[in-house]
Amino acid sequence: MEALRGIDLDFPTGRLTTLLGPSGCGKTTLLKIIAGLIPASAGEVRVNGRVVTGPGPERAFVFQDFALMPWATVLRNVAFGLELKGMGKDERQSIARRYIAEVGLSGFENKYPHELSGGMRQRVGLARAFAVNADVLLLDEPFSAVDEQNRRKFQEDLLRLVALEKKTFIFVTHSIEEAVYCSDRIVILSRRPGRVAEIIEPQIDRSAPPDAIRRDQGYLDTVEEIWQGLKRYVD
Amino acid sequence: MALPAHANGSSRAVHPPEAPTVWGKLMEHRPALWRAASVGLFFLAWEIAGRVPISYAFPTFLETLRAFVAMLLDGSLLAAYGQTLQPLVIGIAVSALLGVGLGIVMGLSRFAEWLVAPVFIVLQAAPMAALIPLITFVYGIGLLAKTLAVIMLALPVIALNGYKAVRNANPSLVAMCRSFQGTRWQTVTRVIIPDASPVIFAGLRLGLAAGFIGVILAELLITPTGIGDLITYHRSVADYPEMYAAVVSIILVSTLTLAALEAFELRVLRPEKRTS
Repeated sequence: MEALRGIDLDFPTGRLTTLLGPSGCGKTTLLKIIAGLIPASAGEVRVNGRVVTGPGPERAFVFQDFALMPWATVLRNVAFGLELKGMGKDERQSIARRYIAEVGLSGFENKYPHELSGGMRQRVGLARAFAVNADVLLLDEPFSAVDEQNRRKFQEDLLRLVALEKKTFIFVTHSIEEAVYCSDRIVILSRRPGRVAEIIEPQIDRSAPPDAIRRDQGYLDTVEEIWQGLKRYVD
Repeated sequence: MALPAHANGSSRAVHPPEAPTVWGKLMEHRPALWRAASVGLFFLAWEIAGRVPISYAFPTFLETLRAFVAMLLDGSLLAAYGQTLQPLVIGIAVSALLGVGLGIVMGLSRFAEWLVAPVFIVLQAAPMAALIPLITFVYGIGLLAKTLAVIMLALPVIALNGYKAVRNANPSLVAMCRSFQGTRWQTVTRVIIPDASPVIFAGLRLGLAAGFIGVILAELLITPTGIGDLITYHRSVADYPEMYAAVVSIILVSTLTLAALEAFELRVLRPEKRTS
């Protein structure tokens, strides 16, 4: 089955680009191809100019269902990427502690995933991706399994982390509001086989407080514009 | 213990805090209490049934208990277990190593699955008691034959559980390990096997229970030794309390061993299940 056709995209360094589209448009497939988790039937993925096949250290993935090991503590889960690289225990744990603090989970290092809420679990997933110090972070609908209130708080934190970490973020979501709120660029894909329908760069002042952004006229207009464009794909 | 939502901090709390009474303390250990009560009730029913009596070959609970203590004190029970446990321990050890190993290999490789799984599926379905005489023809009546009986019963369930556990390991965790450039070996040892371990252990528990069946079957059907000998001998001379004591003792040993295995699993392999 053909999921994607003629995708030619570049993702600027240090920005957050969102892949948005109707369900089944192949946005998660595209993200997994970029991650190297699914082989593409044609075409290539370049990171910093180099063609990549398969997963690599310059990319880190954040999973929709968190993909945390239930038998491991928060600390071990966050340090797991470093553990796989063979880094020593003290070194990887000190790095993990730093990112656990950065995502706001200090004090939960020795908890197990089932003791955390959905939002907190995804913070663990995010910290794990940060800890390996990849250039590109790939987030596959990271908030879809998180409840609405935690999601808003998490979106605000994500903006802060994007500014702080200066990495390239590629973000898949089906929420228009979330896309407009978080992204520097929004790539809208059409229905299967997914093609690039439109690229939108929301002109929103990110330095404003979160509540001001959500009331910003530019924000509201962009949400409406995208909705008008996507409406025809919804049955 | 679950408390009603309003029990703390609300003016409408139904239960004001009070000094712990004897009854309150008893209620805190309720699951253990119910379990003890259930066992007690069973023994009581047994005692009554033995006194009625439902059959002259059916001793009362107290007679059986007396016989059990006597057999424990004169050393005949311990000597019997010394014999019974040999094929059991060897057979379970072989089945556990071989079964878990084969199960993991079958779960990881379609080829191994195709090659090995049908054998175990057939073995699991076969009525083993009918195969035990065949073992006797080939391997005689010694320790080897009895060990083989244990393995034939225990190995299939251990191997098939291991295979299913590994095959159904969480694909999202496997993808996670791959995305962080875990090698195949790392994926298997750090993600797939830990994720599969609860089901592997369920297989080991079932295998151990099957091993007990296997060793008793072997001792009853091949040559009477150990506990099988105690049961057969006391039945032949109509010492029914002693015969029942031997039967109950093997049930007791089997239950305690299974509980110990479960406790070991919780302690060693699933630390997250201990909290809460």
